[in-house]
Amino acid sequence: MVQGRSGSSVRNENIYQTIMSNAEVFIASDNICSPLGSTTAENFSALAKGISGIRLHDDPVLSAQPFYAALFGKEALFMKAGTPGTNERISGVKGTIPRTYTKFEQLLIASISTALQDSGIGAGDKKTVLILSSTKGNISLLETAASDEQAHPGELQTTPAGSRPGVASEPVMQDRIALHTSASLIAEYFGFRNPPIVASNACISGIMAILTGFRLIRSGQYENAVIAGADVISNFVLSGFQSFQAISSRPCRPFDKSRDGITLGEGAATVVLSSNSKFAGGIKIMGGSTSNDANHLSAPSRTGEELSYSIKTALGQAGLSATDIDFISAHGTATLYNDEMEAKAITLANLQSVPVNSLKGYYGHTLGAAGLIESIIAAHSLKANRVLPTIGFEQLGVSQPLNICSTLLSTPLKNCLKTASGFGGCNAALVLSKP
Amino acid sequence: MNRITASCRISDHSVYRNGQLLFENKKTDLPGFLLSGYHHFKLNYPKFYKMDNLSKLGWLAAEVLLKEDFRPGTYQPQEVGLSLANANSSLDTDLKYYETVKEIPSPALFVYTLPNIMIGEICIRHNFKGESAFYISPRFDAGFMENTVNYLLDNDILKACIGGWVDLLGDEYKAVLYLVEKDEASAAQGSEEQGDAGGLPFTTTTINQLFQGENG
Repeated sequence: MVQGRSGSSVRNENIYQTIMSNAEVFIASDNICSPLGSTTAENFSALAKGISGIRLHDDPVLSAQPFYAALFGKEALFMKAGTPGTNERISGVKGTIPRTYTKFEQLLIASISTALQDSGIGAGDKKTVLILSSTKGNISLLETAASDEQAHPGELQTTPAGSRPGVASEPVMQDRIALHTSASLIAEYFGFRNPPIVASNACISGIMAILTGFRLIRSGQYENAVIAGADVISNFVLSGFQSFQAISSRPCRPFDKSRDGITLGEGAATVVLSSNSKFAGGIKIMGGSTSNDANHLSAPSRTGEELSYSIKTALGQAGLSATDIDFISAHGTATLYNDEMEAKAITLANLQSVPVNSLKGYYGHTLGAAGLIESIIAAHSLKANRVLPTIGFEQLGVSQPLNICSTLLSTPLKNCLKTASGFGGCNAALVLSKP
Repeated sequence: MNRITASCRISDHSVYRNGQLLFENKKTDLPGFLLSGYHHFKLNYPKFYKMDNLSKLGWLAAEVLLKEDFRPGTYQPQEVGLSLANANSSLDTDLKYYETVKEIPSPALFVYTLPNIMIGEICIRHNFKGESAFYISPRFDAGFMENTVNYLLDNDILKACIGGWVDLLGDEYKAVLYLVEKDEASAAQGSEEQGDAGGLPFTTTTINQLFQGENG
């Protein structure tokens, strides 16, 4: 490998590439930080008890009308006050910004801290890379900026949240919103030595981040990947889905006959992947794939053919066939079209009799965190030999006779398929297995 | 080694293909420049008009990139994909969308508040259905971008992949796309030099040079 002469590539120059290991990739540790708990164990236990994080909220800052969502309490703290370094200022490309971490960043830091600690892997290890996944990251800073400008026109104020004041058009604000700024701050907080990677690919971001880490380890580029995703619910995101009339008037009902849209949620999750043989007893990432519908930006494929292609490719990479899959953790957003498309794709992949669940009734749609949260729950389902029920589902409402899991199912499990789809026509599939 | 069989760079109100200046129009603003490019290359795609500026830029770069050598039908839809990155995600449209929230939130703008929508537009135009990914980085990370595309081609997940950088915020923008194809012929000969197949070797050095505009 030759260092680019422009010097724009600062990444470690593929020193592990020559290994071409095709290494096995294991989940070394994981964490979910959601309204249902701040550890994976707390989350899994809440789900097994049928507890949902979805509540009716009446918050004029987020929406003029009351809405259902799974949100953190306003008083929720993710990092201890006075954490070293939180009050300094840092120099960016386009100016100086307060180091204070936003809610989005605090959530990621909290989740990564727990997962890193559990794995025993060092952030400063040259063989470790940080990968983040989010759709909208710090976009709510636009809202803070707008309300600041209203309250103090022309003045630069420090908001209580500590976010950068001023109008949204300021370069320093634009730089602060950028996902790579959050990634740099978080990498710096933990002392990651390699430049962080950010995947932002709508609702498949979480799975894409896992797949990116999986492939970097497979190709011998790194030994460990710390993969974390988060999104927080803002007026920006909520108003957008409302403008699409995509928000359900009740808690969402995946695959149900009466489903009428999504419920949003917020949360963060982290998986630490490693090829180190000391993790060989853990859940293994077997393979994965993405595809594009090439059909419509905001409506899924009419046939499900493209998601089914992703599923078949993922199975092929895993060296498994449809009959090996013991359960499917679907995207199951509870929009009419997503669930119908997924049902067709699952049927095209010959998986129609396999138990399927959707976790959106517990968490809502957590956007850039969804693929991570749901993959982690899937991994723990494999370990516990339990398929969780689909909250909100009562009567099958898709054209294909899917086997929707509606009560807690205890059965021996070995292989699981995780799917997701999103705006831009993107689809993703991931296969996880128990050794 | 995989090969770059075409490249396109759009910056400073100029359009280059394989290093050759094909069009420039410095007497207008960015939307005016993108529209004049659309007309100059005699493109006929009504969906262009409803795209946001980021998608227009990426879509136009892909049109120029694929305009000659890439024959439809060479590959199956699932054999072609994209791996793109930028620094500012969809912030240019995020700002415009959030302006509408004060009155009536615009679903037509909201759909463009994701950077991978540009990938969706290119896939719809060319019926590409393979792997695609969008990454955010402060600068063009040639090493990472090379690694992701090589993984897809070397593991036979794709046969051709469009890679590159499409960034736009306000008046500042830059698009650099390259088409990477598996070079079966030179692989068979064991040659890594620029052979009869044409194009450039797909390396971090080459794509950094393309990004800087040093060799087209």
